[in-house]
Amino acid sequence: MEKKYWQSFENYKKIRKEQASGNEAAPEFSVEGLDESELKGKSSRRDFLKMMGFSVSAVALVSSCQMPVRKAIPLLNRPQELVPGVANYYASTFFDGNEYCSILVKTRESRPIKIEGNELSPISQRATTAKVQASVLNLYDDARLKGPLKGGNKTSWKTIDQEIAAKLNELKTSNKEVILMTSTLISPSTRKLIGDFANMYPALKWVQYDPVSMSAIRKANELNFGKALIPFYHFEHAEVMVGFNADFLGTWLMPTTFSKQFSKGRKIKDGQKTMSRLYQFETNMSLTGSNADYRYPIKPSEESAVLLKLYNVLAEKVGATTYPGSTVNTDVNQVAKDLLKAKGRSLVVSGTNDLNIQLIVNAINSLLGNYGKSIDLSRPVNLKQGLEKEMMAALSDIEAGKVGGMLFYNVNPAYDCVHVDRFVKAMEKVPLKVSFAETIDETAALCDYVCPDNNYLESWNDAEPVKDYFSITQPVIRPVFNTRQFQDNLLIWMNNGVSFADYLENYWKTTYFPKQKKYESFDKFWFTCKQEGVFQSETDPEKLTSFKGQNLKAEKPLKNGLELALYEKISMGNGKFANNPWLQELPDPVSTATWDNYICVPPLYADKEGLKQEDVLKINGKIELPVLIQPGQAEGTVGIAIGYGRTEAGKVGNGVGKNVYELINTVTGFKNLLGTSVKIEKTSKTYPLALTQTHHVMEGRPIVRETVLGSFIKNSASGNEEHEEFLKNENFSLYPEPKFDAFQWGLSIDLNSCTGCSNCLISCQAENNVAVVGKEQVKLGRIMHWIRVDRYYSEIAENPEVFHMPVMCQQCDNAPCENVCPVAATTHSDEGLNQMAYNRCIGTRYCMNNCPYKVRRFNWYEYVNNNSFDYNMNSELGKMVLNPDVTVRQRGVVEKCTFCVQRIQEKKLAAKSENRELRDGEIKTACQQSCPTDAIQFGNLLDKESRVSKSNETKRMYHLLESLHTLPSTSYLTKVRNKEA
Amino acid sequence: MYNAKVRGVLIEGGKTYQDITRDVLRPLDTGKTPLWWWIASFFASAMLVWGVWGFYNTIVNGIGTWGLNNSVSWGWAIINFVWWIGIGHAGTAFSIFLLVLHQRWRTSINRAAEAMTIFAVMAAGMFPLIHMGRIWNGFFIMPYPNTRGPLWDNFNSPLFWDVVAISTYLTASFLFWYVGMMPDFATIREKTTSAIKKKVYGILSFGWLGSARGWLRFETAALLMGGLTAPLVVSVHSIVAMDFAAGVLPGWHSTIFPPFFVIGAIFSGFSMVLTLMIIVRKVYKYEDYVTKGHLDAIARILTFISLIMGVAYITEAFIAWYSDSPYEMYVFFKNRITGPYAFEFWAMISCNAIIPQLFWFKKIRKNITIVFIISIFINIGMWFERFVIVVTSLSKTWLPATWHTYHPTITEIAIYVGTLGFFFLGILLFLRLLPVMAISELKGILKETSSVKKINENESK
Repeated sequence: MEKKYWQSFENYKKIRKEQASGNEAAPEFSVEGLDESELKGKSSRRDFLKMMGFSVSAVALVSSCQMPVRKAIPLLNRPQELVPGVANYYASTFFDGNEYCSILVKTRESRPIKIEGNELSPISQRATTAKVQASVLNLYDDARLKGPLKGGNKTSWKTIDQEIAAKLNELKTSNKEVILMTSTLISPSTRKLIGDFANMYPALKWVQYDPVSMSAIRKANELNFGKALIPFYHFEHAEVMVGFNADFLGTWLMPTTFSKQFSKGRKIKDGQKTMSRLYQFETNMSLTGSNADYRYPIKPSEESAVLLKLYNVLAEKVGATTYPGSTVNTDVNQVAKDLLKAKGRSLVVSGTNDLNIQLIVNAINSLLGNYGKSIDLSRPVNLKQGLEKEMMAALSDIEAGKVGGMLFYNVNPAYDCVHVDRFVKAMEKVPLKVSFAETIDETAALCDYVCPDNNYLESWNDAEPVKDYFSITQPVIRPVFNTRQFQDNLLIWMNNGVSFADYLENYWKTTYFPKQKKYESFDKFWFTCKQEGVFQSETDPEKLTSFKGQNLKAEKPLKNGLELALYEKISMGNGKFANNPWLQELPDPVSTATWDNYICVPPLYADKEGLKQEDVLKINGKIELPVLIQPGQAEGTVGIAIGYGRTEAGKVGNGVGKNVYELINTVTGFKNLLGTSVKIEKTSKTYPLALTQTHHVMEGRPIVRETVLGSFIKNSASGNEEHEEFLKNENFSLYPEPKFDAFQWGLSIDLNSCTGCSNCLISCQAENNVAVVGKEQVKLGRIMHWIRVDRYYSEIAENPEVFHMPVMCQQCDNAPCENVCPVAATTHSDEGLNQMAYNRCIGTRYCMNNCPYKVRRFNWYEYVNNNSFDYNMNSELGKMVLNPDVTVRQRGVVEKCTFCVQRIQEKKLAAKSENRELRDGEIKTACQQSCPTDAIQFGNLLDKESRVSKSNETKRMYHLLESLHTLPSTSYLTKVRNKEA
Repeated sequence: MYNAKVRGVLIEGGKTYQDITRDVLRPLDTGKTPLWWWIASFFASAMLVWGVWGFYNTIVNGIGTWGLNNSVSWGWAIINFVWWIGIGHAGTAFSIFLLVLHQRWRTSINRAAEAMTIFAVMAAGMFPLIHMGRIWNGFFIMPYPNTRGPLWDNFNSPLFWDVVAISTYLTASFLFWYVGMMPDFATIREKTTSAIKKKVYGILSFGWLGSARGWLRFETAALLMGGLTAPLVVSVHSIVAMDFAAGVLPGWHSTIFPPFFVIGAIFSGFSMVLTLMIIVRKVYKYEDYVTKGHLDAIARILTFISLIMGVAYITEAFIAWYSDSPYEMYVFFKNRITGPYAFEFWAMISCNAIIPQLFWFKKIRKNITIVFIISIFINIGMWFERFVIVVTSLSKTWLPATWHTYHPTITEIAIYVGTLGFFFLGILLFLRLLPVMAISELKGILKETSSVKKINENESK
């Protein structure tokens, strides 16, 4: 044993003590960590209790954290056509009473999740609008009625049928009339059915009612050509287009069709010498105005004078009658010169619902010989059939107590009628009020019976938007709730005994089947119609008298006072879809505002009156709305969007903005959105507006590169000098150039085609499960959209040039975001994609900072199942719209555009299973697919023949912020404006 | 081993060895905790509790409770992180640089400075954690063997190196601080009358015996650790600077950043030392140890660093102009020197580059109150510097359409105040429980640098 030396007496004592107690002696053998009992191989009672205690608590712990049991039931009998994980597409038709679009509905496991445009339709031509894209969410709206209501309480269809049929029969014998008020109906079979119904109930009077009317065009054509119709316009045949307050790219008549047509004249290749030219005279800065080559801000009261001035200039040149006009300063000589040069290849339209104005427009088009060329009278458009006088007659009939029953289908006059107070009051006098609304709305709330209609995705229907062009609506899902289609109601109340599906089929069998020669059997014909969604019958052109001139006169422009110009927003339209959170959160392409309407005030006026953004103004001492300073707003005018201020839309739409339908100008008997004189007064209040963009000029940076046609003809690279400069520099990098084997995905955006319609935003939102975050979060700068459309103004605030630039993840090959992520959550794929592993992301947000394009989005909150974000992702029903191919992101992770990697993967697999090469154009990203102007191309950059490679070959091509050497896979093509220098 | 030239009188008041021991141990050994300590601790704890609420709110509800947005994704959390890290530089800079340079005047300050470092770095370390969107997955940032491939960290990312640098720095600083205290713990063990304290400090001293061999090892260890830790002082803040410099943003992407950040860190650290020592010498009546001469020395250093800061600011602006890059120019001239953040920018310039120039005047250097106020200004100025760097650059980057402003929310403020509370509570505990000055080192310089006559007198007694 080792000797021990003591150092002090204490120490000595201690050693002694230890030795005495025997502690010092080492055990015979020692095994670390084991105590005596274990060494002896016995367990004591204490151990037993320890073990038991541990086991019991462990079992208790484990069982208390049990996961809920989820039962999966296999499909013993697989429904036909259903393969789990594989999408089915059905052709159908969107028509909301206002806007028409032929569509394909994508369904997954039998539920519709996405709308695409139908390529086969000659009318909408694969294009959609934001509203069409968002309409799929209406199917899953919590506000939808779950079954019929009587006096606000649940009831059964049986009760409804009995009671209403009885009341209708009662009214048959009384001398009171029954009014069926519908939106414009373009369904021939429904119109036939209403006719049948009216035969049975002769007291029935059918009134078509449009909240936003175009009846002046019909009236003008009646006077000029003998028939009240809206012609089919062909912007693609016009080299010079002149628009007067007609936002034909955004909201006027058929924006999908017109955008497509417009874009055809705006596609420009290197060396091309011509391009169409658009003049826009307008009050508000509209989407169309923002795309114009020349834009003239005019007051509503000046419009007729400017038009007449233009007419007179043209008439003088061609030697036709001139009419005395009023003096206006607006210079129309250049327009006139261009129009005369392009006789028969031009088009003048006005969106103002004023007979005088439409007569002048017709006279100008007639002078220019546009009829039969860019204006097709033989194929009238069936949209917008509502006539104000019918509605007014109905209203006075109700007030006079002549009406015994009101049936409302797809209309909401208690919200959007000009005389809403009169209407609501008069409704009290009607004994039977029936609404067929899908959701409770302002009108349905006044009704005794609500017979909820199916969503259009659950319905059978047909449509004839333009004469002889038909399309079919077919159900893609069984009715989610206990609802019944409007037409079926009529059939049941007629005791007809057939369903509307049969009625429709039968109607087509007797009416359209004979009008074609391609198919011999009706079954084949009907099958093809359903499969393709569209049908074009043999033409039977409209017979019209030749142009009959009318006396033209112009209004005297007002010198003083403020004139109001109401307008429809791309997102909200007339307010029917106010409960759709996607649309509420869609930034207006011009003002970039979400979730509100506001007063657009011209900048000079705001300066003069000391108005600041968000100051609240009172209009006519009644309606309070905040100020939005809108460059380009005509001096002496203010603009407000209709479609807001719903009170019975549902949890999302209620109380958003203010209802301004009562400010519609009805002086001439036509409902005119423009021209009401208003007084505004300042209040001391302010109201926050959620704009997605707070800075509006490019600060001289080469972001949107632009040139004018003259310079472009001389040099295709004009405006894009920076790119040439960039190519000249030797770009040296420490890192090796990325190399790709088979694919390098690339996207190209033609800024000359892009109109900024923002359709792609909603398409992307639907495809990629992008969350809605609400007004406050948008205001804080946290909108989640994976694409944004940046809007820049040129520096002249009174009438700026406007640029729209869609920006999504540029998928840089030298991505600044990738090398800063500490956990490698964002990496580069071997196909050139900048990919995001949500699982791995810990949310340092370094990538967001380092992204020069600021396209990365962070989940600031949990946006799913969170009552603070009570939108579609917080409801079992709303979540049905989610795309199962795309992860729903958790709080705390960064997300961004993936180039729709799920679509790439799907098509790659399809090609592989068919053992073939992937074809160019087979893969379409969601934004590309919905683009009405084909501004977006997607494909393989390694394939030199692909469309995107071809598009990149032009001298207009550049990369955004290319001087940073981020090597983006997304490229842009310069914007070319067709104007002199 | 210590061969520095005598630098005037470093300890005044004719202290003897016993006096030093008694003076330093006095606050530790008083039976009753003074009232001011309780009051100060109460406020510090209250701040900490508010901070805990901030943490809770962030973790339970999300980063959305902060004022950040898609454009400005870093805000107060990162500003405060860099600020704290900067303050955390003082201790190590003091102890190690001055140790390596054989500056003996450091002895009466280095212990407190090191303690400050520890708490400041700990406060700083909270921010990268709470800043994560998914803090529960924060361990992903550690390179550990895993079954995911294995999936490693991204070694290109400065953020990863941040984690490495800060944890290394914290460990090294703590060890350096602790080892330095071992002889003092032994002194307390010997001197204290309380049995518990004897036991506790005995354990803390690791059985220090004060043998000559022990001292030799101790000094070698101190110098070695000093030498090894010195590069960390440079590396930590250089890597923090890389967080910004590696970014592409105008205003961030700048090669000047690493030295600029290190200098700035030392600047803020020294000023924080000054702030704290002025309070401590007053409260603990240590005027004889932390003399006006000490404060004067720190003030002179601050003046010099302030000049460097000024040059750095001018260089940044010059390079922005010289680069001819519209993006850089915009950030510097329209979003810093003028524009919505001009106040923050000019606050930074005046606090860091202009006000410290007052130290050129001896009268000001000798006026403790003014020195104290200026030290506070520097602390504020350095906070604004981080604000200017983080926020002005992020708010106006390449595409004007993405420009957005940033305002902190109450949660962010709470978290910041919470870390201040944590820091002050730590300092208060340090003042109460640990020797504030290095007794052994003070004794080491006593003979050479005190009023010699008096020492001899004392010894002759």
